Amino acid sequence: MSDQTLFSIFFSAMVVNNFTLALFLGLCPFMGVSARVETALRMGLANIFVLVLTSLSAWVLNTYILTNAPYLRIISFIIVVASLVQIVEMVVKKIAPVLFRQLGIFLPLMTTNCAIFGLAIFQTNRGYDFIQGIVFAVGAGLGLTLALVLMASIRETSELSDIPAIAKGTGLTLIIAGSLSLAFMGFAGLL
Amino acid sequence: MRSTTPSQDLIRGIWKENPVLIQMLGLCPALAVTNTVKNALAMSAATFFVLTCSSILISSVKSLIPKEVRISSYILVIATFVTLADMLLQAYAPVQHKELGAFIALIVVNCMILGRQEAFSSRNTVYRSLLDAIGTGIGFTIALLMLGGFREILGIGTFFDIPLFGPDFEPWVVMVLPAGGFLTLGFIVLAMGYHEERKKARAVREGASA
Repeated sequence: MSDQTLFSIFFSAMVVNNFTLALFLGLCPFMGVSARVETALRMGLANIFVLVLTSLSAWVLNTYILTNAPYLRIISFIIVVASLVQIVEMVVKKIAPVLFRQLGIFLPLMTTNCAIFGLAIFQTNRGYDFIQGIVFAVGAGLGLTLALVLMASIRETSELSDIPAIAKGTGLTLIIAGSLSLAFMGFAGLL
Repeated sequence: MRSTTPSQDLIRGIWKENPVLIQMLGLCPALAVTNTVKNALAMSAATFFVLTCSSILISSVKSLIPKEVRISSYILVIATFVTLADMLLQAYAPVQHKELGAFIALIVVNCMILGRQEAFSSRNTVYRSLLDAIGTGIGFTIALLMLGGFREILGIGTFFDIPLFGPDFEPWVVMVLPAGGFLTLGFIVLAMGYHEERKKARAVREGASA
């Protein structure tokens, strides 16, 4: 059981310990989908949805199923995450085929998105209860979305500027991420 | 799939197709735990173990795995070895285990390991998969040690806990913080890009003069 207040959990997950910029979780979509603001936003929203579902299932697993077998945690979490992503994929395909096409390969890739799996592990290690877990998941998801959108808007702007040839691509993205991360460190004093 | 020799399997992953520096795979662990050389070493050892064991197991049972469920089967194999690595570290290196924390469990979602299984172990012999895993593992270790070395020397002023600069050194604290990870990797990638550009320019010059 954790005695943090809900607000501090939410705020910490969203900005102070931002999943992408402070904990390096979910870097693949951060590098891959952050070229356009609109796609970044959609990806972020899909992430929030999966994160909340993961948090729910991790809580159920921890409370009812894994109480006697904590050593099976890693294996069962990964199975749950994989099947969840599969279900979400099918649901999105059925009810929103346009969105499904736009997200493309990054929807199935969420299985190996460290942010999703990391959320389940962190939630367990910190002993969050049901409500705390949901708040944590929403905060983390909003934080991911924030980082993705910020990154995408900076990259959209920098596309028009004159960049030296060697810095095009990953190098520049990493330096921008470093600067963003520095900026987010400013929030550390708030909690 | 007999286009490469065994020695090429081994050395390819070390530099030319370095998983972290060239392919940008497995970035989460590469950046999150490399604030000191010791942590970088523990992380690479754990990843090396998981990668080698999964490659051996998967390449030896590859004909038994149905194609439709191969990804899930790989993930299960990897998760099993990660659980093992987690327990081994907890038993023999409790300090490092505490420092790395949740990031040991996160080896499961290291895209580099799954990538090697899908791209190599699933269609090559055990021997060649082993070589490939060792090569990729060494490449990963080199990248992590580079990152960890830079960040520890600049951010704390030590290397492997040995002080380097005497008492007047003002540590560059930002390097051990998350931002330092992004910046260090960014500068390494830039330096490698610069090197490539120069090599290309030299080749062009030589071609023109000849």
